[in-house]
Amino acid sequence: MAFTELLNVTDSSSLNFLIWFMVIVCMLYFARKFAHEAILSFCKIFRNGLRLMAKSALLAEKKVSERNREVILTTGKEAVEKMLEREFHRVNAVVQRDLSGFPVLKRALFDQISRIDEDYMQSSELPPPPPEWVEAVEAIAKLPYDGNGNKAVANILNEIHKSTLSQYKNAMEEYRKAVGAHHSALNRLMPYWRKLTQTLGEVGKTITGLQERSVQIDKQMDKYEEILSKTDKAERMLTSSSITQFFISGLVLLIAVGGAIVNFNLIALPMSEMVGGGSYIGGFKTSNVVAMIIIMVEVAMGLYLMESLRITRLFPIIGQMDDKMRTRMIWITFGILLILACIESSLALMRDTIALNNQALLQTLSGEDVLQPANAWIPMVGQMVMGFILPFVLTFVAIPLESFVQSFRTVLGVLSTLLLRILAFLMRLVGNIIFNLGCFTVNLYDVIIFPPLYLENYITSTKQNMVQNKRKEKEAVK
Amino acid sequence: MKKNLILIIFAVFICANGCADTKSHSTAVYMLMDTSGTYKKQLTQAKAIINYLLGTLQSGDSLAVARIDSSSFSEKDIIAKMTFDQRPSAANKQKLMFKKTVEDFIMNVQGSSHTDITGGILQAVEYIEETGAGKKSILIFSDMEEDLVKGHTRDLDKINLNLTDYRVVALNVIKLGSDQIDPAKYYDRLAVWENRVKERGGAWEKLGDLKRLESLMAN
Repeated sequence: MAFTELLNVTDSSSLNFLIWFMVIVCMLYFARKFAHEAILSFCKIFRNGLRLMAKSALLAEKKVSERNREVILTTGKEAVEKMLEREFHRVNAVVQRDLSGFPVLKRALFDQISRIDEDYMQSSELPPPPPEWVEAVEAIAKLPYDGNGNKAVANILNEIHKSTLSQYKNAMEEYRKAVGAHHSALNRLMPYWRKLTQTLGEVGKTITGLQERSVQIDKQMDKYEEILSKTDKAERMLTSSSITQFFISGLVLLIAVGGAIVNFNLIALPMSEMVGGGSYIGGFKTSNVVAMIIIMVEVAMGLYLMESLRITRLFPIIGQMDDKMRTRMIWITFGILLILACIESSLALMRDTIALNNQALLQTLSGEDVLQPANAWIPMVGQMVMGFILPFVLTFVAIPLESFVQSFRTVLGVLSTLLLRILAFLMRLVGNIIFNLGCFTVNLYDVIIFPPLYLENYITSTKQNMVQNKRKEKEAVK
Repeated sequence: MKKNLILIIFAVFICANGCADTKSHSTAVYMLMDTSGTYKKQLTQAKAIINYLLGTLQSGDSLAVARIDSSSFSEKDIIAKMTFDQRPSAANKQKLMFKKTVEDFIMNVQGSSHTDITGGILQAVEYIEETGAGKKSILIFSDMEEDLVKGHTRDLDKINLNLTDYRVVALNVIKLGSDQIDPAKYYDRLAVWENRVKERGGAWEKLGDLKRLESLMAN
């Protein structure tokens, strides 16, 4: 007997449906309290669980952001310290170079000034001696008149006039000589003035350079103070700087990848001549793998070289080496790079030869005459030069790589906090939705069993009315 | 220390073995040229195909060219066969030698009275299996009209020929005089070969336009 047949209480299907509906509604009515509790507690489990998870996510986000803050501020502090150190080194260099000779300069300035002073003193005009004949003329003029026209006086005055004229001529000559000497003394002053101006200009330049440096130092110090006081502004500034660095270094790395691809294409074909063109490693041609490894080795050597030169600080162990060892490392890595560059250059030459051979073969196979391309040496030389230069170009990948790695840490931190925040929000949202869905289900449950509920309400209200009526009657009797 | 070193060497050995590619990436092409009287004139076109193959195949690949004559199941019918050197420069020299051998053959070819295509295919499979190539192709430059010598049998079921991973390409299948009278014969002929190849696990293709060979080989 099938289960569906068991459900058929009567022959009429609609009656069957009605009976079973009523049975189910009754069952649901009796189980109402437990069902409500079960639904609500089930939803609460989810909501509380999700809330707890959201809280954990927010806590994790807080921890991550605190850690990020610490990392950003520490990195920023180190960077500013490096900048300040470099600025102070520059100031020190300027002071040592330009101001270490300041006492000498001061003495030279004093010498120049005293010389100028002396020359100036020499150049000052001497007042002409007072004319002695004026007093003689005055004395003669006071002589009494003798009535003969004072011929004697006239003779004396004539003589005085003559001697005055001759004296005047002599005095004028001497005066001109003296003025000429003063002018030549003043002329001698000119180079000293120029020298003095030049010396003072140099001092001025140095002082201006120092002032500019001091402005830079002031700026960096302000930044440093903000970082030390761990302000939000400093954090925001450093975060934005890191993100900018991330994108810029990423872009430069992409360019470097392009360079590596060019390099790869340059050496992959000739590699097949060395390691065979038909062998494979894990689905890749051995010649391609070997070419890629050579490029990787070049990049690695470039990293070590940059590290040894203390341009980058990716490997602290290299930076901590003593100077002798570091210098050795510089020469070793540079030597290996040079050898690799020479190998690449020769591979580029081989590539050109192979390409020409292939072209000649294809021309022969197609029945054409084998043509030697004009100026075939130009691409050959170009390829050789590229093969030589590219390993050294790839050396500089270390700089953007360091920036990328450092800024990536910050970017990753920012992204993870963002993700955790979104996760927490979503968990709370889902938890609330589930709880509200539970409430909705409870209401829907009541809607389904509304006939017995209505009946229950009706009976309860009737009973209450009866009780109230009885009470009123008793009170009336009393 | 010594123990650690041995462990490291062992690990490197294991890794190297794990990385080693066991799958063959080389290609083997076996080209059958029909030299029967009716088809001999078409051989100049075959030369172009062989030249194309020589230009396409890489170091480590194998190429063989054989004639289809009255009894093709024979090494003697192989005109030229070569697995190209791993070094591209040496492979180029081999290709030039190959070209010359084929050209000499085409210039001095003698027409055969019968056409044993099945025997040629059997010989092709034998050769290709020896090369151990990953990609296997048999090119049949013929009108696909088999005409065996009386008494010769080519029962493929008895031989249990397996053409799995093989691609059989019929090239330049010209229409015979009888096909002009009844085109159904042409289609029946092709259908028979297609069934023979597919029943034995091979992939069948027919190429009328030789320019399409480039895309076919690229696939």
